[in-house]
Amino acid sequence: MRSSGQRDGLQLTTSLLMAPGLGWLAVFMVVPSLIVLVVAFYERGVYGGVDWATPTLENFRRAADPLYATIFLDSASVAGVATLVALLIGYPAAYAITLQPPRRQTALLFLAMLPFWTNYLIRTYAWIVLLNREGLINRLLIGAGLTAEPLPILYNSFAVVLGLVYNYVPFVILAVYSALQRLDPSYAEASRDLGAGPWVTFWRITLPLTTSGVAAGAVFVFVLSIGNFVTPDLLGGGKVQMVGNLIYDQFLSARDWPFGAALSMVLMAVMMALLFLNAVAAARARGRRHA
Amino acid sequence: MRRLLTLQLGLTFAFLYLPIAILIVLSFNRAGMPTAWTGFSVDWYGKLLASPKIIAATRNSLIVAASSTAIATVLGTMLAIGIERRRSSPSVDALLFAPMIIPDIVLAIALLTFFTLIGATLGLYSIALSHVVFNIAFVTAVVRARLKSFDWSLEEASRDLGAGPWTTFRAITLPLILPSIVAAALLAFTLSFDEFIIAYFTAGAGQGSTTLPMQIYAMIRFGVTPEINAMATIIILVSFVLVLSAQRLNRGRLPGP
Repeated sequence: MRSSGQRDGLQLTTSLLMAPGLGWLAVFMVVPSLIVLVVAFYERGVYGGVDWATPTLENFRRAADPLYATIFLDSASVAGVATLVALLIGYPAAYAITLQPPRRQTALLFLAMLPFWTNYLIRTYAWIVLLNREGLINRLLIGAGLTAEPLPILYNSFAVVLGLVYNYVPFVILAVYSALQRLDPSYAEASRDLGAGPWVTFWRITLPLTTSGVAAGAVFVFVLSIGNFVTPDLLGGGKVQMVGNLIYDQFLSARDWPFGAALSMVLMAVMMALLFLNAVAAARARGRRHA
Repeated sequence: MRRLLTLQLGLTFAFLYLPIAILIVLSFNRAGMPTAWTGFSVDWYGKLLASPKIIAATRNSLIVAASSTAIATVLGTMLAIGIERRRSSPSVDALLFAPMIIPDIVLAIALLTFFTLIGATLGLYSIALSHVVFNIAFVTAVVRARLKSFDWSLEEASRDLGAGPWTTFRAITLPLILPSIVAAALLAFTLSFDEFIIAYFTAGAGQGSTTLPMQIYAMIRFGVTPEINAMATIIILVSFVLVLSAQRLNRGRLPGP
């Protein structure tokens, strides 16, 4: 039996343990984000900076202007294609991992995540080396006689999608793998016992029951892609303008911080809406399984 | 079917590792990029080590990574113990998930605005303070995963035998969770050392606070050069070694971002 004084002491220590870390996140993440939210409602000052005179919705109106709305839609479609391709590659790969002996599964998952822990710029640069006019891929294609001229496969949206898929496919593998792990194998067995072939079992049983993993992976890839600025910049060669680049420009070249802040808030709103939908879908799926 | 899936898995791993492997091979090519193989050479590594810019940028990155890792490891471990001792709340979980999912560019401009408004002079220290944000989240995740299987009755026993909270921590808790703390620190160091976007925005205008990723970015925008391949090879191998040691220490577990 612990005395209440001892328990209070423990409660106090626990709070003291958590305070510095949470405080750090509050000061260097929550407060800055709130400041950006506020700045989004003001206009830029004459010499850059912020004019704190009167609040305005002008920045958001400007973000809805077709000129900028197009960039949002373009980013969403590049991110959408990247997400789709990442799922098509990542899902079967995750499925194949679950067919391996357990010890090997851990090793394969680790290998799938390992590239994530190296420098993002270098992983992206590797594709510049491969895709440029004199790069390995063009040399191979010309050598095989498939094309006479080098193909323009770098500095366009193809290269951007490829770069995004390359960097984010590990997340899909991880998310789908953990969903497949949670799947009760008796469902698939029952389906087979009832005479369903492997394809039918996959489409009717396995895939529907792993949608939570698919959704989690998809949200991750989409969110990281739509806000990306390094990949469009390096692999798009300035020709592929995405929301990330637009925000970058407002802060480092146009020096219109309030407009950049408004664009960031729109991006955050899109992201939170997706996370919310994902959470709702996951809760529903859980409810269905328990029903 | 099974064969087809295994083949697909093989192709996926080829897709993930071939670009890196080609980069490493080309870094030893005598004539450099991107033409045919002209013989083995380590000249590009020599050029790299002779560049004062690269040496200065590496030094800066080491300072930023070491200091942000030190702060984040202490705060993140404390936070993890606090959360696991009590029941975690959804708001704390959300706060810890946020740095992993907020687009880097948004966190970067938020921190730039914040530092500018409070009138801070930007430099290496503002990069380090900013890197602590995502590093706390990663350290907490790794240490929490270890604490899930921690037997809290050991702490209770220690207290019942009259040990104070600090003695209990030093003699019981710390030795048991130390491998995961070291693993977390190694991962945090890798993340901070490689981080580009937040560093780019919070470094300020001075040339003195250019980190290695910022230097690499400038070089890549300039074009494909053999020096970048050499540097890429060093960075890839160092990251792999750090992450592999973290994985060994942490008994095969790594957190998903």
